[in-house]
Amino acid sequence: MGIQVHGIGKRFGDFVALENIDLSMRTGALTALLGPSGGGKSTLLRIIAGLEKPDTGTVEIDGADATRLAPRHRNVGFVFQHYAAFTHLSVYRNVAFGLEIRKRPRAEIRKRVNELLELVHLEQFADRLPAQLSGGQRQRMALARALAVEPKVLLLDEPFGALDAKVRKELRDWLRRLHDEVHVTTVFVTHDQEEALEVSDEIVVINDGRVEQVGKPDELYDRPANPFVMSFLGPVTTLDGQLVRPHDIEVFTDPVGDAVPAKVTRLQRIGFEVRAELGDTGGWAQLTRGQSEALNLAEGANVWVRPAPGTTRIPAPRQPT
Amino acid sequence: MADTVAPVTRPVPAPHSAREPARAARTPGSLVLRGVAMVYVGLLVLLPVAVILYRTFQPGLNVFFAALDSPEALHAFQMTGIVALSAVVINTVFGVAVAVLLARYRFWGRRLLSAFVDLPVSVSPIVVGLALVLVFGPTGWLGPFVEHHGVTMIGAKPGMIVATVFVSLPLVVRALVPVLEQSGMEQEQAAASLGASAVTRLRRITLPTIRAALTYGVVLSLARCIGEYGAVLVVSNNIEGQTETAPLRVGNLVENELNYNAAYAITFVLIIVAFAAILLSAWIRRRRRS
Repeated sequence: MGIQVHGIGKRFGDFVALENIDLSMRTGALTALLGPSGGGKSTLLRIIAGLEKPDTGTVEIDGADATRLAPRHRNVGFVFQHYAAFTHLSVYRNVAFGLEIRKRPRAEIRKRVNELLELVHLEQFADRLPAQLSGGQRQRMALARALAVEPKVLLLDEPFGALDAKVRKELRDWLRRLHDEVHVTTVFVTHDQEEALEVSDEIVVINDGRVEQVGKPDELYDRPANPFVMSFLGPVTTLDGQLVRPHDIEVFTDPVGDAVPAKVTRLQRIGFEVRAELGDTGGWAQLTRGQSEALNLAEGANVWVRPAPGTTRIPAPRQPT
Repeated sequence: MADTVAPVTRPVPAPHSAREPARAARTPGSLVLRGVAMVYVGLLVLLPVAVILYRTFQPGLNVFFAALDSPEALHAFQMTGIVALSAVVINTVFGVAVAVLLARYRFWGRRLLSAFVDLPVSVSPIVVGLALVLVFGPTGWLGPFVEHHGVTMIGAKPGMIVATVFVSLPLVVRALVPVLEQSGMEQEQAAASLGASAVTRLRRITLPTIRAALTYGVVLSLARCIGEYGAVLVVSNNIEGQTETAPLRVGNLVENELNYNAAYAITFVLIIVAFAAILLSAWIRRRRRS
């Protein structure tokens, strides 16, 4: 159930957008398709919605083959990065659109639209035109519009990509809460790893038209399958030929066991965080201000460093020179 | 099969800011420009129109109304009405279809089609008429075929309507394409995912989006259809009382019947209609911007 895709492939001319994608997205879960731009994640989402035709493979929605179904028969809610608001219709009529063309009774439409406007906190804006709303409000309207027809799945294509950082963060929290209330199978595309880690139940990392790894946020962060996933999901540095998270590096002022000697070449404080550049190793360590003060770190100090026992590390790929 | 174009996503335009007031024209450069513009408008537009107005009403109102009341003149206006209105209806339907095709789809031959739509703008209408005669005339390629099916093209209304559509369609298409390109396809795609059929999407999303531009293009094309002379002259065979439109009537009165007063009267009516159309389209454009 949920969404199943098998062997999906898509080319645009010579460019391979997707290659043999197999995925399954659980019913009721909030899944993130995460990856760099141009990696194929939006194309995959559009194929699930029927807005793009795959060259190969099949799409199943709720157990039924939807590969050849027109978008309007898929019962899918789609939210676009740039809102795709119906510019000539009021907020109310935008949300009512799907119900009006289904010829639902007027009273039922009114009830449902008002419920949804309340859900997205736009009840006092019902009579405004989309042009009179802020970006965040427009995107909430687009979400209410998509939810109005009670879709089997909700697909969001970089839904917060066009918004400024603060609104982004608010909407992200709000989407998570909304999903906990509505429980519709949701897939959203993002290139922001923090957004994916914070909001989703499951993350699919897509790069160069292929799936790099699928898993829960913590699984991906703690047990990345390859250097790409590790470096895409969070900060990394190299120590002793291994990729390590800089916050997983232990720093000592005396030689300890397997720790390697290094010299602090630069010490940078960013709020509560202290970054120590370890010149001769080429890496850096991330410490809290307290740790740094306890160690009495200063630029030019000689230290010994090692990855904390039991933390994530994978062999570093050979550096391209 | 035509592939749909990947939608062009654009940042949403900021709410309309108040328009910057035009600078007062007081610098020497602007005074020169103003002078050139006034001489141009004065000599080439205002003076001739004024002369026509003067000549129209100089012989008195009786002559004016008598000229318009003649059976030939009434028939000519009727012909112009039928041909222009039919052409405008066809322009509207085909204009929307061609504009959507050009703006929203990428297919083999798209640029060629785009060039052909614009062709009548650069080619003399007489050539357009001649081409139609060559194809649909009694000895033309398709003439006997359509004649066999009971349609007379040349020397009859169908040919005149086709010729008029040919020269005025670009006005509708060119008004629509930029608006369609700018609005992108996402609204239609959103409507599709909400369950709207192709007809519903056209009716409830596409047409409302282009409504102002379409009205503007249609009004302009109406003005063009009413005034068309060259193409219609060749295609209609110019038969008085049968295929003579108002502009053809003016030509015949001046060249053959040497009845200048009647020619001025008809010209005056044509000028008034064209002027009304231009005012209407300017008003629509103003409303679109605000």
